[in-house]
Amino acid sequence: MTAAEIIRAAPTTPCHPWPRHVLPGQSWQAMADALAADPLALLALWADAGHVHALFRDGADILPASTAIVGGAYPALSPHRPAAAWFERAIRDLWGHQAAGGTDSRPWLDHGKWGQTAPLSTRPAAASGAAEPPEFLPVEGEDIHQIPVGPVHAGIIEPGHFRFHAQGETVVRLEVRLGYLHKGTLALMRGKSPRAAARFAARLSGDSTVAHSIAFARAAEAATATDPPPRAHALRGVMAEIERIANHLGDCGAIVNDAAFPMLQARFTWHREAVLRATARAFGNRLMMDAVIPGGVAADITAEGPPAILAALAAIEAEHGELARLAEDTSSLVDRLVSTGTLSAALAARFAAGGVVGRAAGQPGDLRVAPGYPPYRTLDVRPALLTEGDVDARFRVRMAEITESIRLLRALLASLPDGPVSITLPMASAEGIGWAEGFRGDIWHWLRLDGGLIAAAFPRDPSWLHWPLLESAVRGNIVADFPLVNKSFNGSYSGVDL
Amino acid sequence: MVWNRIARTLRAGPLTEPAGAADEATAHALAERLHAASQARLGRSLAIRQVDAGSCNGCELEIHMLNSVVYDLERFGLHFVASPRHADVLLVTGPVTKSMHDALLRTHGATPDPKWVVAVGDCAIDGGVFKGSYAITGGTDSAVPVDLTIRGCPPSPAALLDGLRSLVEANGR
Repeated sequence: MTAAEIIRAAPTTPCHPWPRHVLPGQSWQAMADALAADPLALLALWADAGHVHALFRDGADILPASTAIVGGAYPALSPHRPAAAWFERAIRDLWGHQAAGGTDSRPWLDHGKWGQTAPLSTRPAAASGAAEPPEFLPVEGEDIHQIPVGPVHAGIIEPGHFRFHAQGETVVRLEVRLGYLHKGTLALMRGKSPRAAARFAARLSGDSTVAHSIAFARAAEAATATDPPPRAHALRGVMAEIERIANHLGDCGAIVNDAAFPMLQARFTWHREAVLRATARAFGNRLMMDAVIPGGVAADITAEGPPAILAALAAIEAEHGELARLAEDTSSLVDRLVSTGTLSAALAARFAAGGVVGRAAGQPGDLRVAPGYPPYRTLDVRPALLTEGDVDARFRVRMAEITESIRLLRALLASLPDGPVSITLPMASAEGIGWAEGFRGDIWHWLRLDGGLIAAAFPRDPSWLHWPLLESAVRGNIVADFPLVNKSFNGSYSGVDL
Repeated sequence: MVWNRIARTLRAGPLTEPAGAADEATAHALAERLHAASQARLGRSLAIRQVDAGSCNGCELEIHMLNSVVYDLERFGLHFVASPRHADVLLVTGPVTKSMHDALLRTHGATPDPKWVVAVGDCAIDGGVFKGSYAITGGTDSAVPVDLTIRGCPPSPAALLDGLRSLVEANGR
């Protein structure tokens, strides 16, 4: 049997829109073994007090699967799905469940500073967890030296620790150690109504506040069988595409700036500022923080909003071609971007990498073309797709997506449906999964409601699958190119630190 | 193509927006505190080291915009530096997570006196929405003394600029 067949053969428990398969221990083990020869994509792995949960994608179908924790452990998925390793380490740190047979048992989010271990378990122990200093993987060879960087970095950037092993100028191994931004978000969400917990979804990763808010809201709406009004769906689409354009402009600028070409960055940030100002006029907040709520959106777009947004888009469009040509024709820039930080298509596929990172390495996934994702159904989204997998490809995918998002925004703004912008969610005891395509890629939220309040939740930022790929892509590059490669991935630190 | 653009830019003039006067009341209040804190004058120029102590990265996005051509922070004598050892000001964002608490203390310790701490954003002021979490110690002042706060979630670049210019004005008196 394939892994997907094993999952489908297991009994289900209600979860909307996809029932969750609860596998007996031996079936989970058989499924974990079957993953060795099976391309089934692992999207997320998390836990609650008594179960571990996995989210798989089988072609166009989504398969949630769970198994009960027995004796404080569950069979690990990491032997055949390397992407599972970070999740398994996070599960151990947050819920205290061990991944039996896992490839990496080092602490992850727990740096030994919380004054307790397993804070999300039913009975957190008053003890300090992991001991400093952290343990890094050994590297053997002639003339290898280590370069420790962070958690406080040289730029205006989130904190994290990068441990380079280098041979001369060449990176032999990079290990990313995150967790510094762990804010206890999942514990804060518990016991709150979806409306109150939405403030935490909005602050998982500030640059994706709209996309995370949409995915969280859709999970709550799925659980409560609620469909927001058409105008709310359309306005969410408007906000999501604005967020995509604003972040892509920022990222394209950051990439060229790290390749010492600030003239181009000046233009990208100029347009980014224009978009943010138009957004403030349309929705009252430059980043649209808390603008999306479960049941719809917090407020309607202002009358002056659409013309302001369209004017900012027109300015981008007028210069987009020239900026793209300038990037392509400047040899010093091309020299830095092309064939730097290359991610192979095979590895991207193995990690089910979505978003810009995946689409620049031959992975066509874009949730906006998936069924059941208003308002994109009628818009015929055409995702960009390149195969080179280098910094240049990630730059060009972003440039292409800016153009496509301008088209989508014009279509959305030209046909905003009339009517209310939100409805109230009923109280329910149910489970739901929501998703959204953020500027980084596919975002997934799972939650379980008990009497209308959140009993358990898990948000999966795309960065969970991108960070390990960054470790791979930077190998063999010179240390000086790391900032460039890192910017081209632009993983969220806060989004995975929870 | 590059030369065409440069020629066009020279003809068109700078895109940077003119700035009004710095917030006089804030500058006055700050000047008294700064004078009490230090006899040393740094002149009308301050080097800033940004420290994310637990932010969601929203504040960082807006701080980044200060370096854009629209706001051009450096014309006010303010510039971001890569090391706390070069800094006069620590610009701290986020609630202070327990895992960043030591790093923030050490960054503060590495910053030479006289130094000032600016807490940026609602989370940095008192922990914001993360107040009460097992994983944070509170706002910036739960780790280091704070001289100036700039509210917002996140604060706009204009609000950031107002706060920082008050600091320069106060420092120059």
